[in-house]
Amino acid sequence: MRPAFLAICTAAFLAVPAQAADLTIYTYESFTAEWGPGPQVEKNFETQCRCDIRFVSVADGVALLNRLKLEGENTEADIVLGLDTNLVAEAEATGLFRPHGVEPQGLRVPGGWTNETFLPFDYGYFAVVYDSEQVKAPPASLKELVEGGPDAEKIAIQDPRTSTPGLGLVLWVRAVYGDRAPEAWAKLNERVLTVTPGWSEAYGLFTSGEAPMVLSYTTSPAYHRIAEGNERYKAAPFSEGHYLQVEVAGMTAKGAGNPHAKAFLAFMTGPGFQDVIPETNWMFPAGRTEKPLNPVFQDLVEPEKTLSFSPEEVAADRKAWVDEWLEAMSR
Amino acid sequence: MPTLANSVGNGRRLSGLLALLVIAALLGGAGAGLALEGFRSGGELAGFDAYLRRVTAFTLWQAALSTLVSVLPAILFARALHRHPNFFGRRFALALLAAPLALPAVVAALGVLALWGRAGLLAPVLASLGDGAWPGVYGLSGILLAHAFFNLPLAARFLLAALDTVPADQWRLARQLGLSPLQTFRLVEWPALRRALPGVGALVFMLCLTSFTIVLMLGGGPAATTLEVAIYQALRFDFDPLRAAQLTFLQVALAGGFALLLARLGVAAAGEAAPSVSRRQLGAIGPGETALNALILLLGLGFVAGPLLAVARAGLAADLLRLFWEDPVRQAAATSLVLAFVSAVLATILALALASGGARRGGRLGMRGTGAALVLAVPPVVIGAGWFLLLRPRSAAVLGPAFLVASVNALMALPFAARAVQPAWEAAASRHDRLCRSLGLRGWNRWRIVDWPVLRRPLLMALSFSAALSLGDLGAIALWGSDRFQTLPFLLLSRMGSYRTADAAGLALILGAACLALVLLSDQLGRRDAEA
Repeated sequence: MRPAFLAICTAAFLAVPAQAADLTIYTYESFTAEWGPGPQVEKNFETQCRCDIRFVSVADGVALLNRLKLEGENTEADIVLGLDTNLVAEAEATGLFRPHGVEPQGLRVPGGWTNETFLPFDYGYFAVVYDSEQVKAPPASLKELVEGGPDAEKIAIQDPRTSTPGLGLVLWVRAVYGDRAPEAWAKLNERVLTVTPGWSEAYGLFTSGEAPMVLSYTTSPAYHRIAEGNERYKAAPFSEGHYLQVEVAGMTAKGAGNPHAKAFLAFMTGPGFQDVIPETNWMFPAGRTEKPLNPVFQDLVEPEKTLSFSPEEVAADRKAWVDEWLEAMSR
Repeated sequence: MPTLANSVGNGRRLSGLLALLVIAALLGGAGAGLALEGFRSGGELAGFDAYLRRVTAFTLWQAALSTLVSVLPAILFARALHRHPNFFGRRFALALLAAPLALPAVVAALGVLALWGRAGLLAPVLASLGDGAWPGVYGLSGILLAHAFFNLPLAARFLLAALDTVPADQWRLARQLGLSPLQTFRLVEWPALRRALPGVGALVFMLCLTSFTIVLMLGGGPAATTLEVAIYQALRFDFDPLRAAQLTFLQVALAGGFALLLARLGVAAAGEAAPSVSRRQLGAIGPGETALNALILLLGLGFVAGPLLAVARAGLAADLLRLFWEDPVRQAAATSLVLAFVSAVLATILALALASGGARRGGRLGMRGTGAALVLAVPPVVIGAGWFLLLRPRSAAVLGPAFLVASVNALMALPFAARAVQPAWEAAASRHDRLCRSLGLRGWNRWRIVDWPVLRRPLLMALSFSAALSLGDLGAIALWGSDRFQTLPFLLLSRMGSYRTADAAGLALILGAACLALVLLSDQLGRRDAEA
């Protein structure tokens, strides 16, 4: 074996000792990717606090919560960043989080924010995104989408048993149709091309031309326009309103003893963090910004009405609503 | 010389026992972790409700059908490949058969859809056959198609290896007796195939039984749900380790039942006691059979190569040069290769130890091969979570995430490695044991002079298949991966998850190419030996 190869092997297989950092933040993968908000946020905060922060990233928000549950009280995390409102009740129930104690200035989450454990850092709306070359008359409401029938353009959606947007659509339909949700699902089923395990698979079907419509976010077209200069993909505004997703961060029991943790949460709702969000995380900033938003964001679908359930409602009924979905969609 | 024979047997039995112990420790540790957490959090065992019954029935049904549509054509395909050992591009074609293994399921599914999908390349043709627009393959047909894409080549490769174990003397005899192609198949080829079929069938069955992304993505809706989905759901959204462990147990039991059934269909290897003396030469092939074989080869290769070409085409559209020079990509590639290498070596050593520990003629030969395949019924993510929970007090970082990922990958690759090594080992053992005993050859000398030359190629095949499988793994890495510890498939999914579809396509191409290179390399090494 070549010495270099041997060196890589040894390096990879020796336990990498946890580097001593002043603040450890657990987050999801795309946050810390080199194009994500992580690198810029790290730089901005480190100049402010003169400390060293370390990101530990896992696949997504659900994996984040699971990682925390797996580690329990032995977690190294001071801050957990990247849960969404649907996971908040469950996260609080673990007893691993402590109140943030921050008085945030200028939060602008639709519907306001009162939670004492978690602070929002960005938000977005679920939306049906369509390929304007294939879909000439996109649905103008959830009702039109649901009642399109089997011959209308197909949509790829995600499974609520395994994915966050999938659960988002279940909540959206529930918010609009209430107890008639099962009938709506039975109708929509005729239009569903397939149900994928996660967002990536559905979006892959969409961009490969296989599915003309996909469940995604109102901000998805912004990525294609800003990063690719491509105006082909558009979000359809729905007259009933769009379901809201808010992403939050919280402080663990370990973080409560670390002064940098609280400082980070305060920093998170200010411009040093918020200015980075729109064009790296492709969501709307939830706090005060200094830079103006890219004009493309002004063109995006602005929901006439914001739909959402409280974390407690979601925690209480999620299982029943997913079962309802399963029943209607399995026929 | 009973004492001598015993001493040989003891050493080998010990190594087999040791291998079993390693496997049991890996699985047992995970099981203990899950059970401990389950009881600590006061979970209770769930009942076998209507949902679970339906899911179980569908899981079994699709896995059984997928096995059929993968293995039956593979028999014809393997036979055609075997009968024509010298056609142009054959070595490349054989390497191609391992490529689907290294592709993440979502990439393969998109490749299959690029051909067979609603907007696929074949859609106009398929639409003209039916009435109206082609609706795509969503539903059971899509699942079967994608499973066949993964498993037909795999089965064909192993069946081809089985045909290669037919002693040259039998071919000579068949030639001298002037047997017709049908008679040759029945008397020479079929016995070898039949010996391998239970194991190959069990392997394919396990892979289809535990299919997850393919089933959801191509199944068209939640009516197509496998137990694996339920396990994933239990572990991920519901965070219910006890239920996950319970469902895993159910899955292993189903898999075991099927493996038993298959083993009953198989026959014990009779073994060829005498070493072959003649050169390997197949009988003459008539023009009719040549044409038929050519058609089979064309269809089979087209079926496998089509989606692969679609994946390659999408990858070529990516900015490959930029990708190559990106630090994360190069690091991930290095990590992937090291992990694949280590887990392949581990898996091959384990497979060899298992084979040598159990090599006795007759008896439950079929069962051991299929038994190893049972490991596949345990989802890597369950093993991962179990170990995570078990190590929790001291955090998984203590053992090193790379070590854990490599071990779990090795475990998952073990059935493949065992499939490659075992038949050759048994054939060699039954052929050489008596000779070695009478010559007093044992230990290192026997290994160097007798076993290594005949086992070199099967071992290399075990290595390359295990490496391909580890290269494409997304199970163990999903839990222990982080921004500091990424593999190529992990990076691919992460790019795909943040709109970077073109990057993901480029990475898929790199992954497939790396796999092809590995397989071709090991083939080259095996060949050099054969010529020496």
